[in-house]
Amino acid sequence: MNAPATAPASSMPAITYNFAYLDEQTKRMIRRAILKAIAIPGYQVPFASREMPMPYGWGTGGVQVTAAILGADDVLKVIDQGSDDTTNAVAIRTFFETTAGVATTTRTQDATIIQTRHRIPEAELKAGQTIVFQVPIPEPLRFLEPRETETRRLHGLADYGLMQVKLYEDIARHGHIATTYAYPVKVEDRYVMDPSPIPKFDNPKMNDSPALQLFGAGREKRIYAIPPYTQVVSLDFEDHPFKVQAFKEPCALCGATGVYLDEVILDDKGGRMFVCSDTDHCATRQAEGHTGTMSAPYAAQPGPLTPSPSPARGEGGNPTGIPSPLVGEGGSRPSRETGEGFATGESGEAR
Amino acid sequence: MAVPAFAAPLAAGFADPVHDAQRSFAAVMRAMAEPGLAVPLASDLDPPAPLSREAAACALALLDYETPVFLDAALSAAPAVAAFLRFHTGAPVVDDPAAARFALIADGAALPDFGAFAQGEPDYPDRSATLIVQVQELGAGALVLAGPGIKGHRGFSAAPLPADLPARLAANRALYPLGIDLILTAQGPDGLGAVMGLPRSVKPVMED
Ligand SMILES: [Zn+2]
Repeated sequence: MNAPATAPASSMPAITYNFAYLDEQTKRMIRRAILKAIAIPGYQVPFASREMPMPYGWGTGGVQVTAAILGADDVLKVIDQGSDDTTNAVAIRTFFETTAGVATTTRTQDATIIQTRHRIPEAELKAGQTIVFQVPIPEPLRFLEPRETETRRLHGLADYGLMQVKLYEDIARHGHIATTYAYPVKVEDRYVMDPSPIPKFDNPKMNDSPALQLFGAGREKRIYAIPPYTQVVSLDFEDHPFKVQAFKEPCALCGATGVYLDEVILDDKGGRMFVCSDTDHCATRQAEGHTGTMSAPYAAQPGPLTPSPSPARGEGGNPTGIPSPLVGEGGSRPSRETGEGFATGESGEAR
Repeated sequence: MAVPAFAAPLAAGFADPVHDAQRSFAAVMRAMAEPGLAVPLASDLDPPAPLSREAAACALALLDYETPVFLDAALSAAPAVAAFLRFHTGAPVVDDPAAARFALIADGAALPDFGAFAQGEPDYPDRSATLIVQVQELGAGALVLAGPGIKGHRGFSAAPLPADLPARLAANRALYPLGIDLILTAQGPDGLGAVMGLPRSVKPVMED
């Protein structure tokens, strides 16, 4: 296990990598940044982000964090919008299988490290697990204040009035806080932090989690962290308390309620269903015998079903104009491609 | 990198530089994420005394040419320690504690005043020192902590350290988000030592 991993000669020239691709000096630099990030929860530590053999939109910040913490005995899970099977998730998982030779899994409970884009698994994370978030825009104040020196100063002073004003403008305009992704949180009553473009549905999972949460932004060169058992509060107002999205119906495949659902297009005649965004959670429930309204036609198939990635998954948005499954959100379901998306022309993925 | 001509042969670094560094870092990361918990740290290093193998493992995992390191009087008195660190990490050894990113402290009972070290800046609180402190014993105990990484309260013991450690931690916490971070190391039997994190975020829970 000491030998450098070697790329298959058939697919590319014989290149030898250091374990997990990054050189040791880069890993040390990232590791030091991670330790400071853990010591100052929610604070964005600058780091010297390296070029990775993938575009920035693919989560190079998260990949570098994972590469820096990964050990030979770790078991890695990679999800993209809840799914282990999208192009992005498969590419990153394959990257670490190739460069580090580590074991990988799709099962949340079996993973020691979970790298994610846009979701936190439904299964409660455990002590000892680490979840690594891919972050496109780490600075929650950026859209209010473009100057880095100024946002640093505001964080330094814990001056978050601008953010409160922005949320309150939402209320004035929409009657509720319209932000549904990357909904800002306050960590240990000190730093306002961008939780990455997860649905605000997942925000409560960050609070008091037994797992260590690490965040990497490659393009913006920032690392931040939430240690286990740390207070994470979604910003709100007394008269407009924070509320998570609710869904009108259970998962069509496993009947789960209280989970985050994705719309899956079944045919070109408007057929659709709403299923768990977390494919492992759905498959696990089906294996346990749970069923949903759409289970019957598939009953003859062996093994649990996972919804195959359709253009509606991972490609963002709600291009059909079909009403959102969300209630209490005014029907608005903004694109999930908030920044760190697939490169264009990536459809036809997941062969 | 200059090794005095009269020095004894340098002690070896990590036998498996990539994976030993990762394992050492993983223990330190867990320790910082769960303050006050004694996390096992295996090390087969044999560094020059009085540098312990656990502190040496932390140093080799974290230090390099970008991290000026300060050595306490006990470590400075043994030139082989600085030679070992320079050779294996490339870290510049500095006399001014305020210029150090890391400090190695062999004599925990003589723990220097935290104020001598970089505390970070309001806009960059990460620009602060990390102190790696050798002690004889680490474990659960009567010094009670709260804060991030701790479910409720956690009691720890570490010895020898100054009797006013809780007051020092409280003063360090009062500077938050500025302040220094502590990594305590203890030597165990057969290379099975331990590491414990006391980041600036910990709040000592005082009696009375
Ligand atoms: Zn389901």
